[in-house]
Amino acid sequence: MAECHPVGFQWVMEAKAKGAKIIHVDPRFTRTSAVADLHVPLRAGSDIALLGALVNYVLSEGKEFREYVVAYTNAATLVGEDFRDTEDLDGLFSGYDADKHIYDPSSWQYEGSEVAAAAGHRDAQYSDRAGEDSSEGEQRSGGGQSHGSGGPSIGGDPERDLTLEHPRSVFQVLKRHFARYTPQMVEEVCGVPQDVFREMAEAITANSGRDRTTAFVYAVGWTHHTVGVQYIRTAAILQALLGNIGRPGGGIMALRGHASIQGSTDIPTLFNILPGYIPMPHAHQHEDLASFLEADAGTKGYWGNMPAYTISLLKSWWGDAATAENDYCFDYLPRLTGDHGTYNTVMRQIDEGGGGYFVVGENPAVGSANAKMQRKGMANLDWLVVRDFQMIESATWWLDGPEIETGEMRTEDIGTEVFFLPAAAHTEKSGSFTNTQRMLQWHHQAVEPAGDARSELWFYYHLGRIIRQKLAGSTDRRDRPLLDLTWDYPTEGPLAEPSADAVLAEINGRDAEGKPLSTYTALKDDGSTSCGCWIYCGVNADGVNQAARRKPGREQSWVAPEWGWAWPANRRILYNRASADPDGKPWSERKAYVWWDEEQGSWTGHDVPDFQKDKRPDYQPPEGAKAQDAIAGNEPFIMQSDGKAWLFAPAGLTDGPLPAHYEPEESPFENAFYAQQSNPARQTHSRPDNRYNPSGDKPGSDVFPYVFTTYRLTEHHTAGGMSRFQSYLSELQPEFFCEISPELAAERGLEHLGWATIVTARTAIEARVLVTERMTPLTVRGRTIHQVGLPYHWGPNGLTTGDAANELVSIALDPNVHIQETKAATCDIQPGRRPRGPGLLEYVAAYRRRAGIDELTGTEANRR
Amino acid sequence: MTATTRRSSNPAAELGYDQPPPRKGFFTDTSICIGCKACEVACKEWNMVPEDGLELSGMSYDNTQGLGASTWRHVAFIEQPKSLAGQQSDEHHEGVDALALAGGLTTPSPPPGTPTQVDLGMPRTVLPGAGADQDTATPFRWLMESDVCKHCTHAACLDVCPTGALFRTEFGTVVVQDDVCNGCGYCVPACPYGVIEKREGPSGNDAVGLAQKCTLCYDRLKGDLEPACAQACPTKSIQFGDLDELRERAQVRVEQLVAAGETSARLYGHDPDDGVGGTGAMFLLLDEPEVYGLPPDPVVTTRDLPEMWRRAILAAATLLAGGIAVFAGRSNR
Repeated sequence: MAECHPVGFQWVMEAKAKGAKIIHVDPRFTRTSAVADLHVPLRAGSDIALLGALVNYVLSEGKEFREYVVAYTNAATLVGEDFRDTEDLDGLFSGYDADKHIYDPSSWQYEGSEVAAAAGHRDAQYSDRAGEDSSEGEQRSGGGQSHGSGGPSIGGDPERDLTLEHPRSVFQVLKRHFARYTPQMVEEVCGVPQDVFREMAEAITANSGRDRTTAFVYAVGWTHHTVGVQYIRTAAILQALLGNIGRPGGGIMALRGHASIQGSTDIPTLFNILPGYIPMPHAHQHEDLASFLEADAGTKGYWGNMPAYTISLLKSWWGDAATAENDYCFDYLPRLTGDHGTYNTVMRQIDEGGGGYFVVGENPAVGSANAKMQRKGMANLDWLVVRDFQMIESATWWLDGPEIETGEMRTEDIGTEVFFLPAAAHTEKSGSFTNTQRMLQWHHQAVEPAGDARSELWFYYHLGRIIRQKLAGSTDRRDRPLLDLTWDYPTEGPLAEPSADAVLAEINGRDAEGKPLSTYTALKDDGSTSCGCWIYCGVNADGVNQAARRKPGREQSWVAPEWGWAWPANRRILYNRASADPDGKPWSERKAYVWWDEEQGSWTGHDVPDFQKDKRPDYQPPEGAKAQDAIAGNEPFIMQSDGKAWLFAPAGLTDGPLPAHYEPEESPFENAFYAQQSNPARQTHSRPDNRYNPSGDKPGSDVFPYVFTTYRLTEHHTAGGMSRFQSYLSELQPEFFCEISPELAAERGLEHLGWATIVTARTAIEARVLVTERMTPLTVRGRTIHQVGLPYHWGPNGLTTGDAANELVSIALDPNVHIQETKAATCDIQPGRRPRGPGLLEYVAAYRRRAGIDELTGTEANRR
Repeated sequence: MTATTRRSSNPAAELGYDQPPPRKGFFTDTSICIGCKACEVACKEWNMVPEDGLELSGMSYDNTQGLGASTWRHVAFIEQPKSLAGQQSDEHHEGVDALALAGGLTTPSPPPGTPTQVDLGMPRTVLPGAGADQDTATPFRWLMESDVCKHCTHAACLDVCPTGALFRTEFGTVVVQDDVCNGCGYCVPACPYGVIEKREGPSGNDAVGLAQKCTLCYDRLKGDLEPACAQACPTKSIQFGDLDELRERAQVRVEQLVAAGETSARLYGHDPDDGVGGTGAMFLLLDEPEVYGLPPDPVVTTRDLPEMWRRAILAAATLLAGGIAVFAGRSNR
């Protein structure tokens, strides 16, 4: 966190000054470790083993926050009789289809609940209409997110056993599932000694409960794995058991990227969600708006209001053209037919060719896994638009990219028409950043952009305006979605910049009279309100840009509600009803945050209560209640369809209701936990340009004996577009390097400041060598394992140049979110520079032959 | 360690400034530095200091390597086989032949065209120190320290400057005026810390050939702003303020750390009785100053000048007197 989020890390240092204990878990000793109380190096890719053992420690030592767990989690809920755990099936959950490598989640449901509408209903609908591949298509497109952030709906009233003793209660299922996650296994699999693990476990549990809370902070070190989503799930289970969710000082903080990545998920650049985490409709499953919304109709919790959120969104986009008669232009929305994620798109570019591609604020030729495939995809397009500050590699690969050097591409053969359009920096435009705390902070334009540089807003507004001009008068039905768009933003300044305030006002939404809405509870499903993103409703309350507020902390309460604006409804901690006990009293004086005021008959406290203000703690929903009315007064998790924090996820995930340790796609070790080697639902794409290294005991795995992990340095920014071209940053880290331990240096004859060549089945790259004790060898399963650290910022362009670490990384994806596994894979490392030109191809081919790699390597269902 | 802090002298007042503001300075608390180098970049941005060479030094993450004409803030990184008090790291390097491995440091194989490394006399990072005990983790810590001009109470650079380009500001800081400096370079060997240097490039830069160093952002101070480095520091490792107040803060902090078991914590530059009369930029260090590349006992190089002059004059006078005596004797003959 100190490395990649130094500004946010000031709060960690402040907490430390106040007595907080900082534990840093990372394969490398980084700038965070330097100031932490405890650094725990572990083998990259083994976090579920560690986190699972923490869960087991809590459960077996009885350290859970019992009252919280019984009242606020689904620990007491009974799981259906059909469910089979990894304990029963040696590493698989019930419902696995070994041919398609996907799960049917229907056996994971609660006992006594109706057929889970989200999955079952859609499947039934689908088979009526379209034949066999529906569930696969939905699974492939990321089934989890297709249900929105609240997960799928659950009908009926699941059975609960408040003693938590029932063998099929979630609590007991959990206990059995995690029983094998012992400190011994942590030592075996992660390389973390048992005493270090115990110290960690004791510190976390001693600091959790009524009076104390513990927070977890993670970044892409957890997400960039073929089991990334389940990493976070394990932490969520642990934090829910310890009562660390919805309370001050608790939580799981996702450190999002620097360029408003949180904002670009809220108002998404992702293919499978609409603004505010409303699922994108599938082509085969929802004929009309009613059937799309029906999946959530009658649901308990705030997702029961999805019709209001969705219809307000459609009204925001298509204005007067959206009417009840035409389903509010629901048919104008594109439909999903499968996985349209980045990597699938790139493979289609390579295989099918044609089409256009906008690359905006990204540098895939350096920053995405298997960079060669990224470039090959771009080389097979009709046109490519790159918008960036600098001539990044994604704009110049056709002239001087690595494939030109190896002879794999010739500039004269490439048909892609490449447009480079300079982009304006954040100081040259107004807009908002949304940070990890869901807080929007407004930035004001300071100067006009120089030369031809223009903002994103300018580019898309004027592009849309010109396209609409060209289509004007068209009678073709397919042009209606564009022609009917509300595209009437006022422009200002010498460059005709669209007003960012006007866009914010549209996102905030308006009532029937056109007045700004102040909160999402005012949204209607009758077409009388419009709102561009329901969770952002209120950011422009009273017509005032609430995100632009900058009242200093010392002039307000410690929660600082008047600095910026946090979604939803300016709440700083989500699910904060959980900071009070079931009766509405604070769990402790020390951790009082939001509580029930009997005299006032309302919830009150330091933050905006994340609960209906006047709903009594003893409120019980009447028969047939829907949406928030179906949430009882002691159910804080108001977005969940049962009001509970989910220790066990009965649906919504594509790779299991509980986390299980699986080895990375490429690992030097067999899975010590199960016969199942790696995530059975992971997405692999074995093709000549994306072969995998053999793992575990498979023949040839010894050719790639080391683990490598990629990461950022403080001095550089992601794929380098904003740092490698800046002299003040380049001089601070002027060359691509690999970090290795003295022991590995001795083993391979690598010299400090000399050169090393790092090889995988994809390609080989070279880097200068930094020998440092900050890299430590670990003992895993009785063997010494060395790890190689590779910062991924470099590429051939800029003031400081070097090979891109992502050349080495394969495309092997998490099945829920299609994220690549850049944090743990295997490699070889040798002293000296890599071969140049066509020699590089032959060098890597020889490695593949030596390891016996073919199209099946690494793609097996991986059963021993 | 004394429990009370002595107030610093105010050189600005002594120089005759009429009611100068309180003396300003830095307190750099290295125990909370996270090595982000925001100070280095903010300094360069504000003061328009040019890039200082793209060279991978191999000294941990320190590619800046030292203060100079084009580096007014420098973050040192020291990897050490020692533990921080209260910190537990789990690095294992048992049975490693440190000397054999460190051989890589002395015989690097730089790529063709790499400029030869300048030896700045900085201590090398200790490459790898083996844990003595096979059963325990190797003690390890990573120290970081943002170094800067000390703005000495008795500043030799200022003493030797023949043109008056170096002057003492009303804030008690020491600043070079580019438009007065003639590039004679006397100040360069005068500095006991090796801070001030003549800028050598890039060609076309206005200050090439002139002495350059930290101004403690004199222009910002005039505008009631804190120096760029202090403002950019995310953890408040660099603190700016009235020197007397900073001394008290530093004293409290060091006592806090020592009480917490960090017995090697110490202040550097805080003592008005040291060889430079105390500095305007002081530091809280976690090891000997030499570890950070700081002189353990800096002495203002002009300290002995008056004595030397006195002796020289005495010697000359004696010689003169002797000569006169000789001639007087002759004439008396």
